[in-house]
Amino acid sequence: MGRVKTIARRTFLIGSAAILGGVAFGVYYVSRPTDNPLLDGLAEGEAALTPFVKITPEGITLIVPRADVGQGIASTQAMLIAEELDIDPATATLDPGQPHQAYFNGTVAADGLSFPGWDEGFVAETVRDLMMNVARLSGSQFTGGSSSTADLHETLRQAGATARETLKAAAAARTGVARADPRTEDGQVVLPDGTRIPYTELATEAAAIEPVGVVALRPASEWTRLAKPYRRLDILAKSTGTQDYGIDVALRGMLHATVRANPGRGGDMAGYSADAALAVHGVRSVVEVNEGLAVIAENTWFAFQAAAALEVDWLLPDYPASSAEMWQVLDDAHVDDMRNSRLRDEGDVEAALEGATVVESEYRAPFLAHAALEPLNATVLVEDDKVTIWTATQVPHVVRDAAAEVTGIDAANVILHALPAGGSFGRRLDHDYVVQAIQIAASMPGTPIKTTWSREEDMTHDFPRPLHMARGRGAVADGRVLACDLDSISPSLAASWFGRVFIVPPGPDAMLVWGAFDQPYAIPNYRVTGYAAPPLMPVGSWRSPGACSNSFFHESFLSELIHTAGADPLEERLRLIDHADSRRVLEAVGEMSNWAGTDIGPGRGRGIAFAYTHGVPVAEVIDVTLTDRGIRIDEVWIAADCGTVFDPVNAEAQLTGAAIFGLGHAMNCELTYENYAVQQTNFHAFEGMRLHQTPQFHTRLLGLAERVRGLGEPATAPAAPALADAIFAATGQRPREMPFSKSVDFA
Amino acid sequence: MDLKINGTSHTVDLPGDMPLLWALRDGLKFTSVKYGCGIAQCGACTVHIGGEAVRSCQVPLADVWGEITTIEGLGTRDALHVIQAAWIDQQVAQCGYCQSGQIMQAADLLARNPEPTDDDIDAAMSGNLCRCGTYPRIRAAVHAAARAMRGA
Repeated sequence: MGRVKTIARRTFLIGSAAILGGVAFGVYYVSRPTDNPLLDGLAEGEAALTPFVKITPEGITLIVPRADVGQGIASTQAMLIAEELDIDPATATLDPGQPHQAYFNGTVAADGLSFPGWDEGFVAETVRDLMMNVARLSGSQFTGGSSSTADLHETLRQAGATARETLKAAAAARTGVARADPRTEDGQVVLPDGTRIPYTELATEAAAIEPVGVVALRPASEWTRLAKPYRRLDILAKSTGTQDYGIDVALRGMLHATVRANPGRGGDMAGYSADAALAVHGVRSVVEVNEGLAVIAENTWFAFQAAAALEVDWLLPDYPASSAEMWQVLDDAHVDDMRNSRLRDEGDVEAALEGATVVESEYRAPFLAHAALEPLNATVLVEDDKVTIWTATQVPHVVRDAAAEVTGIDAANVILHALPAGGSFGRRLDHDYVVQAIQIAASMPGTPIKTTWSREEDMTHDFPRPLHMARGRGAVADGRVLACDLDSISPSLAASWFGRVFIVPPGPDAMLVWGAFDQPYAIPNYRVTGYAAPPLMPVGSWRSPGACSNSFFHESFLSELIHTAGADPLEERLRLIDHADSRRVLEAVGEMSNWAGTDIGPGRGRGIAFAYTHGVPVAEVIDVTLTDRGIRIDEVWIAADCGTVFDPVNAEAQLTGAAIFGLGHAMNCELTYENYAVQQTNFHAFEGMRLHQTPQFHTRLLGLAERVRGLGEPATAPAAPALADAIFAATGQRPREMPFSKSVDFA
Repeated sequence: MDLKINGTSHTVDLPGDMPLLWALRDGLKFTSVKYGCGIAQCGACTVHIGGEAVRSCQVPLADVWGEITTIEGLGTRDALHVIQAAWIDQQVAQCGYCQSGQIMQAADLLARNPEPTDDDIDAAMSGNLCRCGTYPRIRAAVHAAARAMRGA
């Protein structure tokens, strides 16, 4: 088909194709690359691949390719299609589809660059387009970076609109009415005489006609579902115990497995004895897998018991043995030789600091586990020429390719049943647990095996948030912030994670300084420098990567400077910010909280912080009270702007959930290492936030920005610095190291 | 071994020292009962035994002392319990993994205390971890369910 090679970026997803007994809309046409086995066996000249809308006589299926890890994106995706398709999405089947290039995520690749999100200049936009094309060509189907809604909202509405118009055309062709005459409603085409034809009856005819091309999307004023409160499509299942997660997969003849990996991440094995493990009731076998051993048994509990009975001679990993030594690695990396980036450099910091009274501070952020409540798991069935996988993943394309690599079976014969995740927070951007499950299943072809990590394995074999520190130097003059010089020091997250699942983006590691270099402040003398420490152990993206640490450093230091200047922390931020929507967010949080400074009475304190991450400005104000049991967080006000809010009930949940995630870990959590191993093995030592520590929340979304952005992460980053600021206001002591429980008690 | 679960008798052939959690999940396919920690720190495995909320990861099969109720015994998709209806109205769940345990814990609280204060809710529910941070809506849903149960 000639048109396939000239498809423009925003329109290439449109089309339709006949499928068995029905029609598929939103099909991706591509010239057939010889090295893509996924396309083998399809009709000559046309590749009808995983679509967004499938209609058969039996019903309507909406393909929702971004992984739902709790953020509600399955519902949002379905609602975006349904708005244009004119169906009740609750009557449709939702299917994540198979991993495919058609579902690439360009936004997450474009966001990984060293341009601040608010830079909409020519160079930034051109390079973003370039990265989107890299993502498209590589078929990178990530769910992450709060990018799903931003990336797909037009594509999904366009798929719905194309399907709707093509169904109308099919109805017109059948009945002889003019194509413009029918309308659609509730899954039916309505003819001028009132006759109603269900979409499902038109499927075969719709597949036979040329799909209606690019259709104008309905304006927001005509939306009947989007931007209105609606019920999450999974809420009934999740309130009745009927939502199936990966860990719940049950197949005929299935066995259960677990893994015991080297406590030192990445360390090897000198030898082992499986005798005691094999003697445990219900155990079938012990197999070697990446990073350690696995036990296959008749029940997960038997596997856990047997894994504990394995006797293994572990070799040491190649990172320092203790947290103290790791901090020293970071300290040693704060030298010119280790400089990785200087993405912010305005005015003349050195000249401004010369002769001034220099304010200096050091901040620290610990390793953190993702610790999703559903322990990592995957069920795999390896057969002669086929691999079937049931798991939750944020990188389905990586899982598919890994399955092919591990088994030698063609990637086209890898079937992935992508399931909802019981949380992730970035953990399922890695696929190590699936690879182990594939190795385990490959040892017993023909038998489906569910591999479940124990909580202890999950906690101690994470790709944690990296250890991170910063040093600030700054000066004030005439009641204003004059200079801010922030050095951010951490192993490179981009080199570690992107290296495992994608390509390491060219240039410096922007993630190392996300949340610091990219803040819309116009401080006259302003510099942010990244130092890439040597890698310690493999690290991963943790909700709001980079910014979850850097925002604490940057906002805390800015607050220190503002305090030194004797200025009001809200007023001075407003004066310094050079970005209209960000200023409005700060004004809004001030209005919501009746801001009148940080002094809110004896034994209390008020803090504020702002962060611009994932294209979303967020401002948070926090009130705390000193009680006889420790510091209590009373109230939190959050104002943010993500542009159009398609899913308001869920948007509020994401703001509060992200803030709770940021607060709970800032208060209570760290991973520390002793003798090469993580010391916090379960939730007794890694609680996050619990109900009794949870404050009252007040949220507002401004709806200002023209670009649509996502909310899974943005409220995380400013939570920690806002709390630190409130603690300072209440106690006079500023926590400079997370978790704050190192220096203060919480009620 | 015989277990009575949600009013129905089941027989399992599993060792008496196996935690009830794993007998329910792997043995009897009551997968609504979730494994989260195995050490009574998260509450995802909460079921009722004899009407009382317990952590099924801590109860050896041999020690089960009464009838077991899982969330399926509380209410179903077609016949929701008032607490489940409140959970749906408040749109509590995000990932949802902890919510069966949260609802079973709330059912235990409301059976004993029909009009709990925020402090009562904190005291009863703080053993149930939610990593997504749905706590504000959990509080709201418990209050809403309490109101509905008093009105019923």
